[in-house]
Amino acid sequence: MDAVALKNISKAYSGNKAVDDVSFKVNQGELFGLIGPDGAGKTSIFRMLTTLLVPDAGTASVMGFDIVKDYKKIRSGIGYMPEHFALYPDLTVAENLNFFAAIFNTRIRENYHLVKDIYAQIQPFKNRRAGRLSGGMKQKLTLCCALIHKPSILFLDEPTTGVDPVSRKEFWEMLQRLKAQQITTLVSTPHMDEASQCDRIAWLQSGKILSIDTPSDVTAAYEDPIYAVKADNMYRLLQVLKNAPGVKDNYTFGEFAHLIFNKEKPETEAFIDFLKEKGLSGIELKRVKATLEDGFIKRLKTVI
Amino acid sequence: MTEEHVIKTDKLTKRFGDFTAIHAITFKVNKGEIFGFLGANGAGKTTAVRMLCGLSRPTSGNAEVVGCDVYKQPEEIKKNIGYMSQKFSLYEDLTVLENIRFFGGIYGLCSARIKSKTNELIEQLGLQNEVKKLVASLPLGWKQKLAFSVAIIHNPKIVFLDEPTSGVDPLMRRQFWELIYEAANDEITVFVTTHYMDEAEYCDRLSIMVDGRIEALDTPRNLKERFGVTTLDELFYQLAREAKRGG
Repeated sequence: MDAVALKNISKAYSGNKAVDDVSFKVNQGELFGLIGPDGAGKTSIFRMLTTLLVPDAGTASVMGFDIVKDYKKIRSGIGYMPEHFALYPDLTVAENLNFFAAIFNTRIRENYHLVKDIYAQIQPFKNRRAGRLSGGMKQKLTLCCALIHKPSILFLDEPTTGVDPVSRKEFWEMLQRLKAQQITTLVSTPHMDEASQCDRIAWLQSGKILSIDTPSDVTAAYEDPIYAVKADNMYRLLQVLKNAPGVKDNYTFGEFAHLIFNKEKPETEAFIDFLKEKGLSGIELKRVKATLEDGFIKRLKTVI
Repeated sequence: MTEEHVIKTDKLTKRFGDFTAIHAITFKVNKGEIFGFLGANGAGKTTAVRMLCGLSRPTSGNAEVVGCDVYKQPEEIKKNIGYMSQKFSLYEDLTVLENIRFFGGIYGLCSARIKSKTNELIEQLGLQNEVKKLVASLPLGWKQKLAFSVAIIHNPKIVFLDEPTSGVDPLMRRQFWELIYEAANDEITVFVTTHYMDEAEYCDRLSIMVDGRIEALDTPRNLKERFGVTTLDELFYQLAREAKRGG
């Protein structure tokens, strides 16, 4: 049985197609990523699979249950972290967790092993109202509440947006531990370092699935050689790159700018000379491997 | 009054009851620079930004923003800065055009100036077909770009950006940073908080805050050298891991 299966699912809002004939399957125990630009339809898919929204067309199942007919069975077996903070801000940390355990007919101690690692970090603040927690703590508490009834599938809609790098890393270490316990996870993220930790990722754009691959498939399929370039004055370098001859594409990439030439074997020495002629100094140019982020940018630019 | 420094703080401190959110921070921001203000969730970034914008009165210490004292001239500060955050930026149930006019008016621009600015912005952002649409219907990335342009519609000396690209996709984030670069090139100082370490690389200088204190402040290159790391990611882990407050 597939953990999640969508078949020709569509959803429109006043004529605008948010989800357009989408089909895919998620295996049991899989960590599956949903990636795409803002407005691609990710949240609508989450809301349909968590039975909060009824599709206009198509069918879908979660743990073998139909999302329309068997919605009650689905609700008791899944955990959901919506995009925006959705706990009770006036209840304390401990009260929120107790409440979620109670409505799922369980007790904290029954499944405490699942949330122990995360809850330990917020326990010092257990008497603080949830509304007064910092972003990282809110997200940890939300995950605890989503896990306390031991769901077989987790739906996480951009769980790390606005979360600092240290907490993000800890959060994903958590997800890997849950995966080891056979919990299936469907997660969306704008962070490509996170997406590369998924077993498979579905690329969604304008409501359609463009492809489903493993992260290594995406980077392996990136054909053009990528060069990383930097100079003392990065702003000036970016201006020069915009109109540089022989350059197919370029975009910032942290400390460097990534550069794709028209030719497969560009004359890099001549290009460095060209940059020097333009008054740039401290130039470094090197071949680099494509990352998932390069793949994402290329796809977005191709479709637009 | 200072000319070179748009922000100058001296032992700036904020306490809430017996909790010290900001511990005596002292730093300067140069005119026209892109200044990255980093820190883990709960480190005190938002509290510091609120004091610098004249929205929250410090408990002790001093600070001058655009040459104005944060205790005595908070209203002057508000007029001379731009502000944008992930949480609040535009009115969702006004159209693109209405938002531009509204903020132009709030910042005291005359109607002729608002008109010319409106055309300029629409052109620059490529929003010609969206002017009459409600902001709520725009994709997040577009909203953020519009919000930024509106935040600097009155040509402020400095603009504060509080996690402006949170949740924005990789391509849109880059387009947003092009706007930041342009603003800095026009001598608008940019004070930005972000959780993206690749964006931290785009800043002229960075400060990293841990538990209400500034633990490091320098150019990205110098910081990496000093701490013996190759990426800002590593640097951030090194410093923020020590935090006691917890994210």
